[in-house]
Amino acid sequence: MSQDSQLTPERWNASLPDSIFNQGVAGRRALTFPKWDGEDVSADLPDAVRRAAPADLPSLSEPEVMRHFTRLSNLNHHIERGIYPLGSCTMKYNPRVNEQIARLAGLADLHPEQGPEDIQGLLGALKLLETGLCQITGFDACSLIPAAGAHGEYLGMLVIRAYHLSRGDTGRTEILIPDSAHGTNPASVVIAGMTPRTIKSRQDDGRIDLEQLRDALSEKTAGIMITNPNTLGLFENDIQEVAALVHAAGGRLYMDGANMNAIMGKSRPAEMGFDVVHFNLHKTMSTPHGGGGPGCGPICVTADLAEFLPGPWITANADGSYGLDKVPDADSDGIHSYFGNVGIALRALAYILRLGGNGLTRATECAVLNANYLLARLKPILPVDHEVGCLHEFVASGRSWKENFGVRTLDIAKRMLDYGVHAPTIYFPLIVDEAIMIEPTETESKESLDHFVAIMEAIHAEAQSDPDLVKTAPHTTPVGRMDEARAAREPDLRFLGPCNCAI
Amino acid sequence: MVPDDRKYTQEHEWVQVDGDTGIIGVTDFAASELGDIVFVELPEVGSEFSAGDTVGTIESVKAVADLYLPVSGEIVEINEAVVDSPELVNSDAMDEGWLVKVKLADPAEVDALLDADAYQNLLGG
Amino acid sequence: MPYVPHTPEDIRSMLDTIGLDQVDDLFAALPEAVRFQGELDLPDGLTEEEVRRFFIKAAARNHGQLELTSFLGGGVYDAIVPAACDAIISRSEFMTAYTPYQPEVSQGTLQAIYEWQTYICRLTGMDVSNASMYDGATALSEAVSMALAAKRKKTVVLPANLNPRYRRVVTTSMRGEGITIVDAPVAFDGTVDIAALTGVVDGDVGAVVLQNPNYLGLVERTNEIQAVAAAAGALTVAVVNPVALSVLQTPAEFGADIVCGEAQPFGIASSWGGPLLGFIACTDAHKRRLPGRVVGRTTDSRGQEGYVLTLQTREQHIRREKATSNICSNQGLNAMCATVYLSMLGTEGLQELGESNLTRAAALRRRLGKIDGVEFPFAGPVFNEMVVRLPRPAAEFRAYARTRGVLAGIPLDGFAECGAGDLLVAVTEKRTAVDIDLLGEVLADFLAGREEVSS
Repeated sequence: MSQDSQLTPERWNASLPDSIFNQGVAGRRALTFPKWDGEDVSADLPDAVRRAAPADLPSLSEPEVMRHFTRLSNLNHHIERGIYPLGSCTMKYNPRVNEQIARLAGLADLHPEQGPEDIQGLLGALKLLETGLCQITGFDACSLIPAAGAHGEYLGMLVIRAYHLSRGDTGRTEILIPDSAHGTNPASVVIAGMTPRTIKSRQDDGRIDLEQLRDALSEKTAGIMITNPNTLGLFENDIQEVAALVHAAGGRLYMDGANMNAIMGKSRPAEMGFDVVHFNLHKTMSTPHGGGGPGCGPICVTADLAEFLPGPWITANADGSYGLDKVPDADSDGIHSYFGNVGIALRALAYILRLGGNGLTRATECAVLNANYLLARLKPILPVDHEVGCLHEFVASGRSWKENFGVRTLDIAKRMLDYGVHAPTIYFPLIVDEAIMIEPTETESKESLDHFVAIMEAIHAEAQSDPDLVKTAPHTTPVGRMDEARAAREPDLRFLGPCNCAI
Repeated sequence: MVPDDRKYTQEHEWVQVDGDTGIIGVTDFAASELGDIVFVELPEVGSEFSAGDTVGTIESVKAVADLYLPVSGEIVEINEAVVDSPELVNSDAMDEGWLVKVKLADPAEVDALLDADAYQNLLGG
Repeated sequence: MPYVPHTPEDIRSMLDTIGLDQVDDLFAALPEAVRFQGELDLPDGLTEEEVRRFFIKAAARNHGQLELTSFLGGGVYDAIVPAACDAIISRSEFMTAYTPYQPEVSQGTLQAIYEWQTYICRLTGMDVSNASMYDGATALSEAVSMALAAKRKKTVVLPANLNPRYRRVVTTSMRGEGITIVDAPVAFDGTVDIAALTGVVDGDVGAVVLQNPNYLGLVERTNEIQAVAAAAGALTVAVVNPVALSVLQTPAEFGADIVCGEAQPFGIASSWGGPLLGFIACTDAHKRRLPGRVVGRTTDSRGQEGYVLTLQTREQHIRREKATSNICSNQGLNAMCATVYLSMLGTEGLQELGESNLTRAAALRRRLGKIDGVEFPFAGPVFNEMVVRLPRPAAEFRAYARTRGVLAGIPLDGFAECGAGDLLVAVTEKRTAVDIDLLGEVLADFLAGREEVSS
């Protein structure tokens, strides 16, 4: 019987350590620096430009530092502890070989100002990744520069805008966005200097409403931003017609690729009619989520949009060497100081090389299998409004629990924490009431999924017999529900006390 | 039944006339929809607006609502108590939780707003 | 099948539960017209060992700062990567954890971010910071946006000696918002010309940006710049090297309103420029305009202290098109790394780090100053970078130095008032007297025309 099959919530044996700023004693130190071994020389920095008082930082030895952060780590849920069925996050296993290769001397220690002659191996690897991402999406050119999905959206919007401006179409400033979209979508449009225009999804299945679309298209349309499969986990079946309509109106199609895990090797954005897509490598391509990054959000585009991608461009020469073209100058556009999150791109390449084309397709198949299996097993207790054609994720509603037991989706999520699993995405997408969006990913075993179902069934039984237990959950985690109102009304955003290190 | 000593808007705000001044706040319904209110941003005293202008925001933990001015005029006073203690809007939206006072540029604008019955209907009777 | 546990029996059993015959049936709803036919044209999957070998071979074809003696700077520096930092960020608990939206199971990440925010505030003197930004350039873009929104103005002044990479990113993003950019010229001494600045900062200007030290490595007339900005009713946005804040005047001391920069030197590998670690901080007055995630301390339902993401109504997932920014994933694990690094320093360690850089900069200046023909066009104080002026093109020197195993610096031709002979040379705490001597020797050989003999 594996650890995984325990069904009694166990108290989490960890408590918050004291703030690091309260620890330490003057004179302790973990990191020292090589002494200057040359001639005596004095720095001569005038007092007028020096800081008046040194920064008050805690002084700790290395064992104390390690203990503090290890104690902190004990307070986190993480992939090696249990499932993270967060919809549209694709919390799959993060392979450790990816971490090994990213740290290699000759990769980790490259300075971005070094020229092509010093980075031939790196350029070859990055070029290979660009080619791979293009193959997966069906597009012709790729930029690895965006540092996150939202950054990719921003670049995609800049590319579309640049395309229209290059044709003198200055009036094309509207980007259509379905109301089921992720919050970054409209935000990215605004940051890129265009105007988002919401189109309502169909009531019955949450897909794009073609009537709404036709009404919204005009000579102001720059493009449309679509997640496919959409945020309900459903494939936009009319996507080719959507593409035809938008193209006919003069617009371009952008695909939010957050859900790429559902379609690798099964369908490609280029053939759907899209013009640009972004990846979230920290979702689909297994790079670590890191508690909030670093991610990597490369975009792939059609041949005619390639010229609008920012430099530098990696070029492959006939003799097998690599170079950099369109190196930015003072007047070039830029979205990052250098080439984006290169270290993350390398991890994604390691994953793609490990899986290969067949492996990626297989990953998609098992991701969709896992989601549909969970759906089939959970729907008796968690109804799914739009279940036909669910791919790698599905959106259930906690509506019936609210009606029958007075237990809301938030409460269900919190009780799940007691059982050692992370809650799914809740209250998103906005178009489903009491939404619970579940995406298991392909790296969860059947036992893990069965365990998850057992937990949901247990919580369902608790909601019936003892709703207060669920409404006041979690009970066994290191902390209970946080007073968020107080956090927002009386913001306490940094530690104020002096460090225990009187100098 | 909502008090009939004032008028209401579709955006769940109320306007109470006091001489040539309009006192404006949000209704209990708006406050409860937002949840625990954590921050209120109000316009500067002395600034002038037209009816329908966005003049501030009301934030709860998980939502933000724009504050519209239902009538035209100059802001003559803002409720500092609410700025210091936003929870006042939750506890007493209709009275102590008022937000701004406006010198009415056109008192007739108030007449066009919803009366208590009409607003009650909007809430679903 | 790497990382996927499913056996054929598992798959069969699951298909039966779902009520389907085969895996392909799961995709039945995909319209025929968009089905991808055939297989992805990618090589077959490799074993882990083959993947490792691929990258080891790729790495072997590169030459980085471990192999070569580096004097490269310009925003990213050859810094120490302590083993303890790597050990902590390699822990699954931090590395694989999701964004801390469920605080009850994310206190590790949340407390660490709170400590990171505190470190940035202590270094800069600001009141509030956030969980991180992609890099210094995008952090500056966001800082400028914040300042202009606060002032409801549409013009920003950028100094001509601002990091050119940062300038490009700001220019691109400001175009989307219809913002006007005005340049503040540089004086003969390499710092912002205060008289000229006064001339361009008028009532339309909402933000004045200064970089300290600036891209030429020089300490700016920070108080004077801030005074000009304040007199015109504009906010001061400071771009700083946080390592330099070990010894230099803090932005709070010169009255900055918003501070940003690049914290890569706090234990993060240079990795050809990414992932990096942008940071942003501000005075209390502006905290509600701060982009990205912010962690606050509060209490829980049991009366215990704990941490939670707060002020979330600024963010994209709530404000959507009215959000202050579109940032979602930031550079979380790198902020974690820097937090560990700073915890390894303490007050004295930070001072030692700063003095270490200053000493080496002084040594560099003295050593290169001994070579005939070498000039230092700017006399003002520096932290760890300076402009060296050669009588021959800096780009040629850079190429020659490379043949001697030295990454000599960044040629500055075309930047501000710099010419073909100008080179930006940086030192860090890692440079030794031997390294600096080598640079001197190589430069002397170059200027004496001895390249052919030596290479």
